[in-house]
Amino acid sequence: MIALLLILVPLVSGLATFLIKKEEQVRTWSLLAAIITFIIAILGVAVYTTNWTFRADWMGLLNSSFSLKGDGMGIMLCLLTALCYPVIFLSTWTTAYKKVNNFFGLMLLAQAGLMGVFLAMDALLFYFFWELALIPVYFICSQWGGEKRIAVTFKFFIYTFIGSLLMLVGILYVYSHTPGHSFDIEAFYKSGLSMKEQTWLFWLFFIAFAVKMPIFPFHTWQPDTYQQSPTAATMVLSALMVKMGVLGLLRWLLPVFPIASYLNGDTISLLAVTGIIYASLIAMRQDDMKRLVAYSSIAHIGLMCAAVFAEDKSALQGTMIQMFSHGINILGMWMVVAIIERKFGTVKISALGGIAQKAPALTFFFVIIAFANIALPLTNAFIGEFLMFKGILGSKVSQNGIWIMAAAGVGIILGAVYTLRMGRKVFFGETNTLTEKGTDIAFHEKALLIIIIGAILIVGIYPQPFLNAVDQTSQSILKNSDVLPMLMKQKH
Amino acid sequence: MNAVLLSGLLGVVMMFASFLFKTKAPVRMLAILGILLLLVVNILESKGVRLFHLNTTGFLSFSSYALFFNSIAIACTLVYFLISSKDMQKAGNHYAEYFALIFFILTGIFLVTSFTNLLMLFLGIEIISIPLYILTGAAKKDLKSNEAALKYLLMGAFSTGIMLLGIAFIYGATGTFEIANMNIAGLAKSNLLTAGMLLLLFSMCFKVSVAPFHFWTPDVYDGAPTVFTSFMATVVKVGIFAGFLHLFYSGFETVAVQWKLWLAILAALTLFVGNITAVFQQSVKRMLAYSSIAQAGFMLFALVALNETGHEGLLLYAIAYSLATIGIFGVIAKMTDYSFDGFNGLATHQPLVALCVTIFMLSLAGIPLSAGFLAKFYMLKAVIQSGDYLWLVIFGVLMAAVSAYYYFRVIQAMYFKQGPNHFSGISSFEKYVLVGICILIVFTGLFPNVIFSWLYF
Repeated sequence: MIALLLILVPLVSGLATFLIKKEEQVRTWSLLAAIITFIIAILGVAVYTTNWTFRADWMGLLNSSFSLKGDGMGIMLCLLTALCYPVIFLSTWTTAYKKVNNFFGLMLLAQAGLMGVFLAMDALLFYFFWELALIPVYFICSQWGGEKRIAVTFKFFIYTFIGSLLMLVGILYVYSHTPGHSFDIEAFYKSGLSMKEQTWLFWLFFIAFAVKMPIFPFHTWQPDTYQQSPTAATMVLSALMVKMGVLGLLRWLLPVFPIASYLNGDTISLLAVTGIIYASLIAMRQDDMKRLVAYSSIAHIGLMCAAVFAEDKSALQGTMIQMFSHGINILGMWMVVAIIERKFGTVKISALGGIAQKAPALTFFFVIIAFANIALPLTNAFIGEFLMFKGILGSKVSQNGIWIMAAAGVGIILGAVYTLRMGRKVFFGETNTLTEKGTDIAFHEKALLIIIIGAILIVGIYPQPFLNAVDQTSQSILKNSDVLPMLMKQKH
Repeated sequence: MNAVLLSGLLGVVMMFASFLFKTKAPVRMLAILGILLLLVVNILESKGVRLFHLNTTGFLSFSSYALFFNSIAIACTLVYFLISSKDMQKAGNHYAEYFALIFFILTGIFLVTSFTNLLMLFLGIEIISIPLYILTGAAKKDLKSNEAALKYLLMGAFSTGIMLLGIAFIYGATGTFEIANMNIAGLAKSNLLTAGMLLLLFSMCFKVSVAPFHFWTPDVYDGAPTVFTSFMATVVKVGIFAGFLHLFYSGFETVAVQWKLWLAILAALTLFVGNITAVFQQSVKRMLAYSSIAQAGFMLFALVALNETGHEGLLLYAIAYSLATIGIFGVIAKMTDYSFDGFNGLATHQPLVALCVTIFMLSLAGIPLSAGFLAKFYMLKAVIQSGDYLWLVIFGVLMAAVSAYYYFRVIQAMYFKQGPNHFSGISSFEKYVLVGICILIVFTGLFPNVIFSWLYF
């Protein structure tokens, strides 16, 4: 029931938002909807923990059902989505939009799509939500984005659309080979495809997920889109939508194509670490804060991807925790960037400087978020990255764990370099004519950033509940993607 | 049988309607009532109620699939009448005659969906084609329309000749026109039969504008009055497709090895040519002509697959593609500028119309929750189930992604760009019809079960 409500509330309220005319009402209504969704998610985590399953008949002829289930990973991502939305709405509260009802309606529809992706346990349903999450964001970015928005968003759309269509072919192929022709995820796990089939199907799925995450070399849409989209949409894209790709890897790729994942694991890890170093190097040269954060996100996601293919329990746990943490951290980062843009009208690093003197509170929050971004101990990202590194090093399926780790480690060091460099140039040093008149942030901005900091520190200091939550999920993923018995069977 | 006779009869009635009524409104009402009646009798027949008892053994046989397909064709024509019948007045002076011709075309479609004899197929195709030549040239004072009609007539006559030649070859090889008695499997090695089959294949490909037999399509669709393009590109096309599938499924399935690869290559070529050319169009009307070629490529998947799913897919495709295209042409007929720029800022001037066009475009592009997605989904599923030609499936989805490019250009123009109003106004009834089409599209996309339960039960 919780699972159904998490989709229905944003969906219905989103559709209703289109009909509201007054701007104030639109904002209040959509914030209310987001808060209600958040409360439902909290109730689901705290009280009705066993109530995360829902199943209804739908498309019976195709053996596809409306089947939702929250496993540890799904619940955590739903919680992240539910938490992020009110924060996003509040932190962009004063941003003016033309046709504000359409904007918020589309935002809520995207939330419904995201929740659906995180909860769907039926391949066709998953595909539906996958697209449902994309379309509203496409409209948001091309209607309310920056100058070059139309071309940039279109590129983003075409990239992801090609990816999803290829995945659709893959889904159909697996479907036609499942026992009893079903789209159910359990049936997908039992499809028993041969090694040859798995190898090419693997890439059909992987491209869809790789575009979404994005993994090098499918990342070229991302920095442009983050830069051109309205801040609220960028927050949704970077904090939540990239998680769709990682979740896809964990839930739909590894267990469905275990042999291919085993065989291609190192190739993917190579792509991922290439992406980490490449993105980090580019991030070091960026003068635009938005692009810097975008490239840093590519680096972080690359590490998660490499960890997924280590197929190790602590690596998977680390990935899942990091999915949550990365969402929080990058949301905080965008909030800081948005505040700077609002105050000074630019996000050029070279044009800013000395903000710390004028806005100490903002600087304080930024520093903590920056620390989380470079995964210092006591922050949430440390837990995730530590577990991921441990898993990559101890991976049983990859012989090259140490090299992957070393390369990813270089990326982390570079991450520290560019994050701190940005901090130094933007916040410290002498003020210039632009930043001289700066003021510190208001109370409500502080309150929102405190939520972010709170989430960073709670996960960083006491991660045990989160580890427990994803323990079961990572074990069942590993069980389904254990290749050794299957390889034995293929040989005979 | 009900529908065949009645639609022929209605055609004659409409011919005389122009003498009976002096104004246009009663003619239109009569046509709409006629098509409703046609729908009713056709549904009655699929429930087992026959109004006419004629022995058609050896010529026609009305399977439940054919009857259901006829119902779809009639229903789409009804929608087409509701949205476009007023705009037909702009095409020329012979208002009632246009309806008559459309009823004749429907008769032809009914023959084509349910023939068991190659002669009936030929008759059906001709009954469809000849009124189409006239409708294409309906705007007598318009040079473009005249050119299109002449081109269509010449090319169409040529392909009809090829079809006749093919039928003659097959007759020579098998000694019969009846599909059931042909015993094709026994003649697998006959060169005469192979040649006849290929000739039939090519002429059918011409009729449904499969590349490389598509060159007439953009010119004819562009030149013909927009209202008739709408009908031509939708009901007629899917109708002939049903016949195409029927011919090769029940007729030549046993020797599928001989022609299937050809068809797969033609499908790929059609997808490629249609989509890539559509990308470069500046006029929405011409873009839709090429997109109809591209969509024909997807419909060919049903013939490549040759299974139940393919049949169901063609049904869904008929619904999804016809509804969306009729809707869009209904809107285009009311535009003064057919180019992409003409759509600039439509969302500000006509928010509801723009929303409907968006849904049509999303459906044509195959975005989930729309009928168009499900249609493509079924086609892909059909080919994957048949086991071969996976390259075609992957090529198909890549081309579907290309198609998103030009469909979304319309959406971009409407929502993200600004421009003067090129929309000449729409009555509130037509708005309701547009919304109704949208609801149908989304409903079919969500609950295809309902559609199929009509077919099977």
